[in-house]
Amino acid sequence: MKNGASFLLMIGLLAVSVPVVAHHGNASYGHAKQLTLKGTVTEWDWLSPHTLLKIDVKDDHGVVNWIVEWNAPSSLINFGINKKTFKPGDEVTVFIITPDNGAPVGRIQRVMLANGTWLRG
Amino acid sequence: MLNRFVIPAVVLAASMFSLPARTQNARTPFPAPDPNAPPVAQNQEKHVDGWYKEVPVPPKDQKSALAPRHDLSGIWEPAAGWRDGVQFLGAKEYPSDGKPQHELPFTPLGEKTWKSHKPGFGTTEVPIALNNDPFDTCDPIGFPRIELFNLRAIQILQTEKQVLIFYQNDRTFRSIWTDGRGFPPDDIWEPRWYGYSIGKWEDDTTFVVETSGLDERTWIDNVGRPHSSDLRVEERFHRVNYDILELTLTIIDPKMYAKPWNALNKFPLRLQPADFDLREMICSPSEQAEFDKQVSRPAIANSKKK
Repeated sequence: MKNGASFLLMIGLLAVSVPVVAHHGNASYGHAKQLTLKGTVTEWDWLSPHTLLKIDVKDDHGVVNWIVEWNAPSSLINFGINKKTFKPGDEVTVFIITPDNGAPVGRIQRVMLANGTWLRG
Repeated sequence: MLNRFVIPAVVLAASMFSLPARTQNARTPFPAPDPNAPPVAQNQEKHVDGWYKEVPVPPKDQKSALAPRHDLSGIWEPAAGWRDGVQFLGAKEYPSDGKPQHELPFTPLGEKTWKSHKPGFGTTEVPIALNNDPFDTCDPIGFPRIELFNLRAIQILQTEKQVLIFYQNDRTFRSIWTDGRGFPPDDIWEPRWYGYSIGKWEDDTTFVVETSGLDERTWIDNVGRPHSSDLRVEERFHRVNYDILELTLTIIDPKMYAKPWNALNKFPLRLQPADFDLREMICSPSEQAEFDKQVSRPAIANSKKK
């Protein structure tokens, strides 16, 4: 059962990892890895062709402002996401891919709002 | 519970990138993955137009009236869903996925030129900041890439002498002359991002367009398939019935390809309600520059270049 659940989970993650619009993909981050971050929104930039979510993430050394890209507005609107979805101060959990060079940047796979709702886009 | 998340996540990472896990940079310790992260998001996909109005899903057994004569006018979207025309792996019929049946009949020059292009997708993709995709600086997408990458909603208008196609992507349009003219004389024409197009009705429901004079700087598709200034493109718009329009697009460029190839083959588009609003979908140079500065360049800093 556990293996079955894991398999379903893996399929679920794959399903949300397929880019829908961008002209570059996940693998464009080179030696990328996955990461889940919890933090506070500082900025939500509704830009084209890439939206940017900026979040302050605390760790043992202080606060780091992460900048993570998401799909273009023309795609996100089809998932109920718009320029008012995030505002500074919102607590979010983001599931991203990030390069292995330590730069605090990445590409969003999905986001959890403070009320527990997961967003995909 | 921990294993439910961590194990598949590791498997997924390996399957996605086929690269060994690397030691994390010590500058910023990364928080551990959230073991309670659910596998599937809860917000549901709901396709909307540019006015945020929900786009109706047609019934599977939609009964359509006959196609009108010599009429393509209306607003059209990919019939299989708004994402069907994205083609992020390149032309629909020839995705860059390494499968032998999707290899293109490159000439030596075509192969060499393709290898000089550095796309963000496909078998020749490179890390994000090393791309040389002209779209990365928001150059016009150009033709035929406008139909082979992010073919989203289009609006077709007809006048006495032209068929006009307005594209959501790039918020641009093409004029297809139907007044019987030929192409401009060779010695005076200048290449255009969207070329020169002339069209004629082959029968009551099939409109055939020839396009030439295309700017060599554009890519044919999202994975950098090249073309020369000799490229000719044939589009066949066949209105199958009132609701469905099929598009076949053929690439003819003997300098780059040993034989013509169909980038689209009867790609179906569906007629949308007359009040469907085409959304703005513009690549902003200043916004792209910010993206490069804030994300692309940091993403490859201190990394080994491919």
